[in-house]
Amino acid sequence: MNNTYSETAPAAGTRKFDVESIRSDFPILARKINGRNLIYLDNAATSQKPRQVIKSLTDYYEQTNANVHRGVHTLSIEATDEYELARSKVANFINAPRPEEVIWTRNTSESLNLVAATWAEQNVGEGDNIVITAMEHHSNIVPWQQLAARKKAELRYLAAGEDGLLDISNLESIVDSRTRLVAMTHMSNVLGTVNPVRELADRAHAVGAVILVDAAQSVPHMPVDVRSLDVDFLCFSAHKMLGPTGIGVLWGRYDLLEEMPPYMFGGDMILEVTYEDANWNKLPYKFEAGTPNIADAIATGAAVDYLNDLGMDNVWLHEQELTVYAMEKFSALNEVKILGPKDPTLRGGVVSFIHETIHPHDLGTALDQQGIAIRTGHHCAMPLIRSFDVVAAARASFYIYNTKSEIDALVNGIRETEGYFSR
Amino acid sequence: MTGGMSGLSDMDDLYEAIILDHYRSPRNTAPVEEPDIDLDVNNPFCGDEFHIQLKVDDDAVSQVGITGRGCAISQASASLLAELVKGKSTDDVHTAVDLIRRLLKGEELTDEEADVLGDIEALAGVRKFPVRIKCALLSWIGLDDALKEFSSTK
Repeated sequence: MNNTYSETAPAAGTRKFDVESIRSDFPILARKINGRNLIYLDNAATSQKPRQVIKSLTDYYEQTNANVHRGVHTLSIEATDEYELARSKVANFINAPRPEEVIWTRNTSESLNLVAATWAEQNVGEGDNIVITAMEHHSNIVPWQQLAARKKAELRYLAAGEDGLLDISNLESIVDSRTRLVAMTHMSNVLGTVNPVRELADRAHAVGAVILVDAAQSVPHMPVDVRSLDVDFLCFSAHKMLGPTGIGVLWGRYDLLEEMPPYMFGGDMILEVTYEDANWNKLPYKFEAGTPNIADAIATGAAVDYLNDLGMDNVWLHEQELTVYAMEKFSALNEVKILGPKDPTLRGGVVSFIHETIHPHDLGTALDQQGIAIRTGHHCAMPLIRSFDVVAAARASFYIYNTKSEIDALVNGIRETEGYFSR
Repeated sequence: MTGGMSGLSDMDDLYEAIILDHYRSPRNTAPVEEPDIDLDVNNPFCGDEFHIQLKVDDDAVSQVGITGRGCAISQASASLLAELVKGKSTDDVHTAVDLIRRLLKGEELTDEEADVLGDIEALAGVRKFPVRIKCALLSWIGLDDALKEFSSTK
């Protein structure tokens, strides 16, 4: 394929950003939970799905279902076209130079593991180092811990400051001539902090290292452009951006992907097999062994269409507005302490907090009684949570369908819970 | 249902007065001198954690100290546990732990069995909130396992 999808999608969008109209696209928002209207504030864990995405799944299974890249019958050709069109939509969405650089995986974790097992396996050696940050999700810590142990390499951390921002004051000494890889989150799933990816990319490249970005929390919520960020790998999941579960993306620079060995072996990833040997198919198929997750890939394309219609600039602005509002309302709760940057413009729509007297699980149960879904626990970032000298936190995270009145309901819900436990 | 406290009244089974009382004022939190059993139990998924200390004399628990951090259910349950095990033989402790497991699984206990548990029966409300059962059981299972291991090495 020689398609050029170099033009990025219009970040301004073509549909008016009208929350009531958006809400009507999400069937689940009509649900009652414990007799109350659902208020879904656990979007950093997974987003809800609009009927356009759900319909794309049923349309595929009802009208198009066939295996891809094999056979010459009509359904197989249609399924292949739709599957590859979805790949192009994703490439376009992140401004990737070529659609073949987009590899379908199961989720962000698998994308990270793929790079650890292939590129890093070949390029990290004894005495080298890998640099990550103190605010990574477990899935961007453990693969590198394992790799470092296997290779006798060093795992280094960029610290998170008390202000919730990444401390890059010693960037030049931490990312040094023995650094092979910088692996960092674009946006913290706990603190909401948006990290200076471009600055780290420049430093990584200055020392000949490669930079990988965990974009699971950023791609769904803001315009992300792999060219202007100048990164080498980008990993994210469809299910946090209106798409289905079970499918994720690894984007990588073409020349790096070309040099990497396959991750799994099987059908579709080979070009030619003899009884003695095999050679590998071209990109992206080299990394897509076996029948892929066709329906969910196509539905991911529908999710991208939905977000493009709204415009990612507008998505970001909406969440900024909610975050500013939430932080202001939370400041009236005397027993609540918000984690992460105080300045709402330095963070995304994730507000983690600690209540001085109510444990997150008691709060979570009490809010659920009021129809409000938040996340409680360690948020898959145990080292970070422990650094605040607590064992768990509560988190409210926003998306396109959330409203200020839902934030009011959350704040009222916390007050009611305080009243309940002080009775 | 509309506003006010009525929205949370469904939680009353979970947070009975006795549970909240033990949560706010946990019993037997003083450290035990030269404990025979000294262990940390935690559920990292919830962020519940306990430090449990026991002194065992003549196959009976003579002293107990439990401290911890976590939700109201886990902390109250541990405090109730500490009250129960004090002075009990290790066999009696195992029996009580089996009873609490059965109770939280949804089994009906006989009157005699309920008498063994006493106040602890208040934990039964957690059955309506299955996701919280592990909070109630964490300290019990940790202590029971430690006691079994201690007995087997004697």
